[in-house]
Amino acid sequence: MKLEARHLDFGYRDRRVGSDVSLSVEAGQVLCLLGPNGSGKTTLFKTLLGLLPPQAGQVLIDGTDVRQKMRDEVARQVSYVPQAHAAFFPFTVREVVLMGRTAHLGVFSSPSRRDHEAAMAAIDRMQLGHLAESIYTRISGGERQLTLIARALAQEAALIVMDEPTANLDFGNQVRVLQHIQSLEASGIGVLLSTHDPDQAFLCADRVAMLHEGRLACLGAPQAIITAENLQRIYGVEVAVAKVELGSAGRHDVCVPLISRPQAPGAGD
Amino acid sequence: MSRVSLALLGALAVLVVLVAIAFSVGRYPIAAGDLATLLWAKLTGAGHGLDSTVETVILKIRGPRVLAAILIGAALSAAGAAYQNMFRNPLVSPDILGVSAGAAVGAVLGIFLSLNVIMIQSLAFAFGLGAVGLVYITANAVRGHDPLLVLVLAGVVVGSLLGASVALMKYLADPYNQLPAITFWLLGSLASANPEDVRSTLPLMLVGLVPMWLLRWRINLLSLDDEEARALGVETGRIRLTVIAAATLMTSAAVAISGVIGWIGLVIPHFARLLVGPDFSRLLPTSVLLGAAFLLGVDTLARTVARIEIPLGVLTAFVGTPLFLWQLATARRGWQ
Repeated sequence: MKLEARHLDFGYRDRRVGSDVSLSVEAGQVLCLLGPNGSGKTTLFKTLLGLLPPQAGQVLIDGTDVRQKMRDEVARQVSYVPQAHAAFFPFTVREVVLMGRTAHLGVFSSPSRRDHEAAMAAIDRMQLGHLAESIYTRISGGERQLTLIARALAQEAALIVMDEPTANLDFGNQVRVLQHIQSLEASGIGVLLSTHDPDQAFLCADRVAMLHEGRLACLGAPQAIITAENLQRIYGVEVAVAKVELGSAGRHDVCVPLISRPQAPGAGD
Repeated sequence: MSRVSLALLGALAVLVVLVAIAFSVGRYPIAAGDLATLLWAKLTGAGHGLDSTVETVILKIRGPRVLAAILIGAALSAAGAAYQNMFRNPLVSPDILGVSAGAAVGAVLGIFLSLNVIMIQSLAFAFGLGAVGLVYITANAVRGHDPLLVLVLAGVVVGSLLGASVALMKYLADPYNQLPAITFWLLGSLASANPEDVRSTLPLMLVGLVPMWLLRWRINLLSLDDEEARALGVETGRIRLTVIAAATLMTSAAVAISGVIGWIGLVIPHFARLLVGPDFSRLLPTSVLLGAAFLLGVDTLARTVARIEIPLGVLTAFVGTPLFLWQLATARRGWQ
């Protein structure tokens, strides 16, 4: 299973957001997309999912143009985790996850027992069992994000596209989402995600791509891409990338923004 | 027993009781025993020995009216439930795309041209369909915006144009013959419901209800963001078109024989959602039963509480408004 963009120009009807983007993700890989606000990450994702028509170039799923596929065919291969949102009606968590089964149902069918089982399995995997009958609109932002990931799991696609899955989550929930991404990778699912935190790319990605002003600035292994120079070029702030020795936990790369802190008055007296 | 089956059984029981009441009360009261005797006789083919007036009142006068109330109440709330899911808004009613405004223009035009009842109904039906078709085509021609928002805006704009046409015809109509008929039609009534009305609308309503029931799972997904629903595998454009066509067919068939009856399509699905939650496979049957019971109850009131018939549109608003406000005050579950 491979999702591929070839020389993709993308954007909305009257506005080009990005151009000439080529990248690919395969099952069992994690590709992390970094880029400042407004660099076109979400628009690129929507184009990759076939939700927006490309302005030029192609999106291929296993070599077939995404525009030639029916929506349910695409959904069986690639699932989408949008940014956690408010829903309009008070569906339960179980019902929301069950919606992930739609691509496996005939147009006139409703979920069968097998679909209910698949949804419950996805809920259990995200450790949401205690919330299954809770109202989706009343749970916390972190729980909603996990519910949307469970819905993508229930979809049983080989590839999951996650749009800033850690945005608006507290520290613990961010780490939990990263752990889930690792376990997805281990079970052979490919993940394409965007994030604002380069440290997260170090933690979970096989490869990192940087999107800058609608163009792919660089693409490669995390250590090669997340450098002080690249971060400065893209975000326009000074950053140091340091290695941290954690004993038994091994060595980790971390990004530290260089902020010159003004001396507090009276400090050192 | 689950909350859902309890709600469905409750609604069904209320409907059955209301049917019995509707047959019994009126200018010619009929004892419940006579009603049962006649029903039994008709089922078994045996004689009933009742006065022929009783049979006429039950079969020819109240029967069609009761059936029409049930059908129209069910159709308006089913259409309202589907629209509320689709437009992701519990304040939407079946009128939002201009079906009632279109039907009103058709009927008022028919009255204005002094056509017969069948022609007035046909015009109302055709104009109702036409108005929604116009709205849909206009909205599809405008691209690059949220498709739902454009639909609603087109509905509002076309609706106000149709409203102006109705106002113009009312202004020009003969104030002694035509204007009262127009006013009466615009307020809604089942007083003239006859067996032919029931026979002509029943198939149209079934044609609308069947796709709604078959698509019940996908209609749930229409309540998500459009792109999200497509990412989950739903061809939103096609499903939306089917739901609009089905709801329009049901609503214009209803409005054509009863005139404009507001509130039901707005309040009943909202109430049903409070009882059984938003899942359309439970919401649709609950809305259908509650809508049928509500309109039958209101119509029975309309023909019994006063010397003259009270217009249905007026009574549904009088009964519906306090109900709706009470819902708003006591629960927010159906909303967010």
